[in-house]
Amino acid sequence: MKTFIASLTAVLLLLLPGAARAGTVTVKGSDTLVILGQRWAEAFMKKNPSIKLQVTGGGSGVGLAALVNGTTDIAMSSRPIKDAENEKLRARSKSPATQIAVAKDGVTFYVHESNKLDALTAEQLRDIYLGDVTSWKDVGGADAPLVVYSRENSSGTYVFVKDHLLKGEDYTASAQTLPGTAAVVNAVAKEKNGIGYGGAAYAKGVKELKVLQGKEAISPSAENIQSGKYPLSRELYFYLRTQPTGDAKAFIDFILSPEGQALATQVGYFPVK
Amino acid sequence: MQGQGLVGTAAVAPRLSSAARRRQLREKVIAGIITAMAFTGIAALVLILVFVAKEALGLFLDAEARHEASPSKMFLPQVVRAGKPPAFVWQPVSSVPKVSMIPLFIGTLKTTLVSMLVAVPVGVAAALFVAEFASRRLRELLKPTIEMLAGIPSVVLGFVALMVFASFMQDTFGLGSRLNALVAGLGLSLAIVPVIFTVAEDALTAVPRSYREASLALGATPWETAWKVVLPAAAPGILAACVLGFGRAIGETMIVLMASGNAAIVSASLSDSVRTLSATIAAEMGEVVVGSPHYSLLFFIGVELFVFTFLLNMLANTWTRRVLKRLSGAGA
Repeated sequence: MKTFIASLTAVLLLLLPGAARAGTVTVKGSDTLVILGQRWAEAFMKKNPSIKLQVTGGGSGVGLAALVNGTTDIAMSSRPIKDAENEKLRARSKSPATQIAVAKDGVTFYVHESNKLDALTAEQLRDIYLGDVTSWKDVGGADAPLVVYSRENSSGTYVFVKDHLLKGEDYTASAQTLPGTAAVVNAVAKEKNGIGYGGAAYAKGVKELKVLQGKEAISPSAENIQSGKYPLSRELYFYLRTQPTGDAKAFIDFILSPEGQALATQVGYFPVK
Repeated sequence: MQGQGLVGTAAVAPRLSSAARRRQLREKVIAGIITAMAFTGIAALVLILVFVAKEALGLFLDAEARHEASPSKMFLPQVVRAGKPPAFVWQPVSSVPKVSMIPLFIGTLKTTLVSMLVAVPVGVAAALFVAEFASRRLRELLKPTIEMLAGIPSVVLGFVALMVFASFMQDTFGLGSRLNALVAGLGLSLAIVPVIFTVAEDALTAVPRSYREASLALGATPWETAWKVVLPAAAPGILAACVLGFGRAIGETMIVLMASGNAAIVSASLSDSVRTLSATIAAEMGEVVVGSPHYSLLFFIGVELFVFTFLLNMLANTWTRRVLKRLSGAGA
């Protein structure tokens, strides 16, 4: 009898995800990942016309909140999930989120193309973003005020830079916050005294700063980010409520396949393996 | 509905033909529907208020929120970094949340004032021109054009401010930061000029013809008539227009979100970036943990915005009444 019940529940559990709903898989979250996510979705849907994928941005926090509320199947995040978020998820669905690293990225610092600086140390970048330094002169640049651009506090990149560069301290109050990395790049491209940060994939029309370590200026190149030598490299994640099943699993398998990872490289990110 | 035509209902009422009675019934039903709609609207408003207030109440009931966002932390300077003097800082997502409302108030005030300084003269002058000096054909061209501006989505206006105004100001004045209170205020004025123009123009057109005729008959020039007779007579309406514009400017979100830079800085300079109350709600509501102190705080900002516009409308109302009294007194 016991075995009968056990096998029955096992069968039911297996059927449940399949019975969830065929058709559309929703993917929501990180603005850093949204371009790549859409690329992956297009390529995947070309191969599997029966499966529909919806990819939308909004920020890592937005995506993870949607995962907790059950309004998305997959959350894209450019930061690891927070304990508080996992607690909420556990309260709803009895298990913490499943984390899958899908690509690697380097957070780079952008300056205007006319800026004569090529590299700054991590400490100098930290001073700039904490507001301890307010002129380019203090970090070896021109005699001009720094115009600091940052991201809104719902952004995973914001959190990443805060944790890894600022050691958890607050950004300077005079940092202008913009929605989306594209907005930051656009602002820095137009502001000759500007400095901003974001994913390496977005740097168009701006100069990427190298990071000085001792005598060596480390550029955010593919091998430096893959090897982790570039100090501000990070993994980008997909989060699911359970182990991936059905269409979502097919999508993630595609992403982690050589073809999917090659797409990541095309867009300007780096393979995860 | 038929066959009850002659069965008397009320002895007092004159006998009605069945058609007339049907008409009466229809009138009643229509009146009922309109009343129901009006009350639905009012009820919706009240319920929204109740909801916003309820979500904001968490700030005063929840122990964690009381500790994190006490009134003193919201309105008095706090020490934010060891060894630095106390300051007003808005950093609600921090290991130690800092929730000073002061930079947000200042930001809102700056953008709103800039937009009013631009939009009131432009809107009222345009209304005066259209009401008093424009030929009929010009008026019929101008009025719909300006009123159509009110229909442009604020995202578009924000984009114009972000791309066109910001670049222009940067190239001509080279202010400290590209996005600042001035750019955001100019963008806002685009949104409120049509509001002010429409209401002010109606008020000016409503001034009785006899005023104008009397003034002209006494030998005043058309310009003197417009400036010294028509404009004062329409003052209450023009004030109402300004209040409406002000309310719109305080609550407008998308334009300031796009064009102000959103840095919560306490300063008197218009060339600094600012963060307004409404933009803060829009930027942070997306990722906030529901029920957290930060969440209640955002709703509290909503309540503040409501209180501001409410007070402003009350002030404007009393003032309008006073002006009206003076005018009718002068007329008597």
